[in-house]
Amino acid sequence: MWSFFHKLGSPPWLYSISGVILRWLLPITLVALAVGLTWGLLFTVPDFRQGNSYRIIYIHVPAAVVALAGYYVMAIAGAINLIWKMKMADVAMKSAAPVGAALTFVALLTGAIWGKPTWGTWWVWDARITSMLILLFLYLGVIALYEAFDNKEAAGKACAVLCLVGMVNIPIIYKSVDWWYSLHQPASIKFTGDSSIDTSMLYPLLLTIAAFYALFTCCLLMNMRAELLQRGARTSWVKKLALAGKST
Amino acid sequence: MSPPGSLQFCVRLLRRQLVLAVRRPIEIGNPLLFFAMVVALFPLGLGPAPDQLAGFAPGILWIIALLSNLLTSDAVFRSDFEDGSLEQLLLAPQPLFISVLAYIGAHWLITGLLLALVSPVFALMLNLPGSAVGTLVLSLLLGSGVLSLVGCIGAALTVGLKRGGMLISLLVLPLYMPVLIFGSAAVKAAVTGAAAGPYLAILGAMLCLAIALSPLAIAAGLRISIDA
Repeated sequence: MWSFFHKLGSPPWLYSISGVILRWLLPITLVALAVGLTWGLLFTVPDFRQGNSYRIIYIHVPAAVVALAGYYVMAIAGAINLIWKMKMADVAMKSAAPVGAALTFVALLTGAIWGKPTWGTWWVWDARITSMLILLFLYLGVIALYEAFDNKEAAGKACAVLCLVGMVNIPIIYKSVDWWYSLHQPASIKFTGDSSIDTSMLYPLLLTIAAFYALFTCCLLMNMRAELLQRGARTSWVKKLALAGKST
Repeated sequence: MSPPGSLQFCVRLLRRQLVLAVRRPIEIGNPLLFFAMVVALFPLGLGPAPDQLAGFAPGILWIIALLSNLLTSDAVFRSDFEDGSLEQLLLAPQPLFISVLAYIGAHWLITGLLLALVSPVFALMLNLPGSAVGTLVLSLLLGSGVLSLVGCIGAALTVGLKRGGMLISLLVLPLYMPVLIFGSAAVKAAVTGAAAGPYLAILGAMLCLAIALSPLAIAAGLRISIDA
């Protein structure tokens, strides 16, 4: 088990093993996405009140769920980098940030598109929307801080500290905005309503959530591989790969 | 001569920071001037109707306090970083956790405390009901402590960077939002006659959490910045 842990610190090993994982995971992800989205967008029954507009849930909810999970992936990778000084954790943290930010943006965008026909407005300062917006800012802050440092080792550590501070902030924001909102207006808007979702809508939703998790993993791994090549541009293993002309 | 104990060391550092600040009074006056000027912008931008201003006053005052805190926190470690005394602080036998508290304390005394004490004047200018002024001062006293603690995390992380000014606001503003929410909610509650106590209690809880945790992050940030 420990040899596995040590191997994680080796860029060539991580590069080749992630290549093997991607060769299997990427097709599975694409198939799951295709099936889940076609099922959700074309073959489920229309909602009783919202008609067809609710179908965006099959993109919106998975993106939001995985965006939140992505922050924790990033923060945990940062913590591992701080505690055990693992370079690969730093690579994972750096690579997770843009993917998470993109998913958060997709969640916000689809939320706005969904909000227009349902609530009659693009944007509401609702608890969840505001907390997602803050999540986007946290992601962008991490990316901006990383880019600002010339010394990339220091950048990784500084971003890890920022991620951990932000992680404390997420539950506080979530709760506080709930309080703040309920003070002004009754909570008239809810994402899914009181009634639990019907199973005919639930199954495709679960499938798309799983597919988005797999998509996040694929994007993370591909980002990490690019980063590994970039960092190792002057090392012999990258040179060997480049001369062999192999991609895995 | 034996080195001073960590508490004594902290008190000496605090005194040093305060003496440095008092010798350059303009540095103390700048945040207050900023506060006054931005207060003057709102009646110009929103219109001078007293009722309307009174409704916005809790939020306006809190946002300005937050911004002046943000603008001053950038400089907390900068001069000591540039002249090398920060490096000496890292090498000192006293724990960094304790010594950064002196920096934060000095920053809070110079900006947070002063702003809280002069805020009633601006509250009256914005037509905030007199009954809410006490809550405003109390919420600013508690909240600005959290703002200083969190702002110093951003300052510690960006102190080594040449273009830290804009970056620190990107890093710190999302972390300021919960404080803003509860701070302005406390004042709004006082305006409407509802109980402000729960909001103040939550601000106090945030302050406790921030005192316990943020010096850790600041110390880590300073070590990273010095190493870089």
